[in-house]
Amino acid sequence: MAMTPSRARGLLLTPAGLWYAALLLLPLAVVLIFSFGERSPIGGYAPGFTFAQYANLPARFAAFRNTLTLAPIGTLAALLIAYPLAYFLAVKVTPKWKTLLLVLVIVPFWTSILIRSYAWIFLLGGKGIPALLAHLGLEDIRLLNTPFAVLVGIVYGYLPLMVFPIYVALEKLDKRLLEASADLGTPPWRSFLQITLPLSMPGVLTGCMLVFILLMGEFLIPAILGGGKVFFVGNALVDLFLQSRNWAFGSAVAVALVVVMLVVVALYSRAVKRFGATRDDTGLM
Amino acid sequence: MKDDNKPISRKAFMQELRSYRNGSITRRHFMGVTGLGTAMAVMGGTMPAFLPSRARAQEIGDRVVLATWPNYHDPANFDKFAEMTGAYSQVNVFGSNEEMLAKIQAGGSGWDVFVPTNYAIPTYVDADLIEPLDLSKIPNYDAAAFDPRFAEAGTINGTVYAVPKNWGTTGIAFNSDKTGGVVDSWKTFFDGARDQFDGRVMVHDYQLTTIGNALVYHGFSFNSVDPAELAQAEKLLIDVKPHLYAISSDYQPAMRNGDAWLTMCWTGDGKQMHTDIPEIGFALGKEGGEIWSDYYAIPKDAPHKEAAYALINFLLDPEVNKAEALAHGYPVADSRTNAMLPEELLNDPILYPAAEELDALEFGAAVTLTDPNRAELMARFKSA
Repeated sequence: MAMTPSRARGLLLTPAGLWYAALLLLPLAVVLIFSFGERSPIGGYAPGFTFAQYANLPARFAAFRNTLTLAPIGTLAALLIAYPLAYFLAVKVTPKWKTLLLVLVIVPFWTSILIRSYAWIFLLGGKGIPALLAHLGLEDIRLLNTPFAVLVGIVYGYLPLMVFPIYVALEKLDKRLLEASADLGTPPWRSFLQITLPLSMPGVLTGCMLVFILLMGEFLIPAILGGGKVFFVGNALVDLFLQSRNWAFGSAVAVALVVVMLVVVALYSRAVKRFGATRDDTGLM
Repeated sequence: MKDDNKPISRKAFMQELRSYRNGSITRRHFMGVTGLGTAMAVMGGTMPAFLPSRARAQEIGDRVVLATWPNYHDPANFDKFAEMTGAYSQVNVFGSNEEMLAKIQAGGSGWDVFVPTNYAIPTYVDADLIEPLDLSKIPNYDAAAFDPRFAEAGTINGTVYAVPKNWGTTGIAFNSDKTGGVVDSWKTFFDGARDQFDGRVMVHDYQLTTIGNALVYHGFSFNSVDPAELAQAEKLLIDVKPHLYAISSDYQPAMRNGDAWLTMCWTGDGKQMHTDIPEIGFALGKEGGEIWSDYYAIPKDAPHKEAAYALINFLLDPEVNKAEALAHGYPVADSRTNAMLPEELLNDPILYPAAEELDALEFGAAVTLTDPNRAELMARFKSA
């Protein structure tokens, strides 16, 4: 019994379609429906159709502002630290050491981020780094429970996600290009700027995207290292669903977060495309 | 403890770590912040084959699921229960009444027994989420043995929905080496936070107590939902916020290592810290504050109801309850159990303060659990 090509295609697409429906559309639909509902008097969700939850979004403005400030700063800081590390791993290290060092980058991932963030409580707390600084004459430095501590936690937690895409991009770099460049008398710093950096950009852009998207939903690190004083959208969501049990408003905040992310990602990919275009135009390659 | 400026030695670090592990998981909120209440300890055997009596197991089933607060039971008691009945206890630890309510409201929590606090019970009853208790299945519950103050919230319109577990207070823990003495007023607590204790004060990440005590500072009721009074409490909290060490219910680690000098504190945490570090004291705010009582209750959709009754009955056995109290250090309302407790525990001013000290305290009111204005106030305070 022969199948028409279109029917076969339909059948082949079914698993992917089901996957999308069950894992992507369904949960999203629930959130969307909830966001137009109301909070029942004892909390939770009461059916309804109102835009009241969306009208109330300014009440979480501070949370969005904090997230949209710290997420880009965190991404940038992670990039500045990850790039030299990835470069070192991909270019400078001998193959013998490479595997070991790569594994060391991954090893922290084998423990829960919760535990590792708690470890930073000791390091940043009064008897950790501040005590060492006091020995050097810098008295009364408070690190824990500040935005700085949150930033440290963020960079620490997400560093591997930034290192690996950049590492992969640099690893693929054709060393002959650098040799040719050197043969033609280009100083190393110029070769780096004109060859290595542009060729590693796909890795950089992927890493930044990964880290930024995850940071936008972060709630654990601000709660633990920010001492509850640094409030992200993620924290607002946790409180709305588990404490005040305002599921309708929580859903609206979640939808707003998705929209904000879509906008940011769209702007980002447009910028990336333009970047790619200029690169081709200038014939840098 | 004395010198905060020395870097921590390896030994001291291990000590910190140990005491931290012992005490850090504070009663309510830590789990909420971290594991969203999913942190779960399975006690007793998970392998039914190891259970001692298959025959008895059939009477009540082979398991019972308990949702409770951290550090609130004697694990040995659960082993004992498994030995006696063949049902092992699966213990889920939670961070707040709100979080427990969220789980039960969502349905399919799978819990057989849970531990709501007094002010949460009316909401469960109104929403038809908990079972009226069949007291004939809890013969160890002797109403006459309980101080009515700590038992009455379990009865609504003459129906018993919950039986008392432990009670306690929410007061102030202070490090007297740093604060220069006892801190026993919310006035000193909040004013000191902006002055001599700048950067050293912690408040709970919990609307009931943080807003409640800010209201008490102004001389209002701990339970107020009056918008004008809440506005004053909000002003105080937002004014104090930049000076706080943290907004967190996980206050033991910071108090123990000397980073924080003052915190809102539940009885059991105060007792635990005072036992390990004598200079950390615990006092009730003389203007008022919270007194609370926890209860055992059974959700309507409990999958193992017979086992639930058996577990509650077992835990209310005065002998068993004595072991519980010795393990967790919260005051007991059952006079039969108290009669067995060591004298020094009964005379401990943290656990059993003088009766007149309790006069100014208030039980949390049901309305605070569900009031949207208090919830929004807390969000504004945290994001300010």
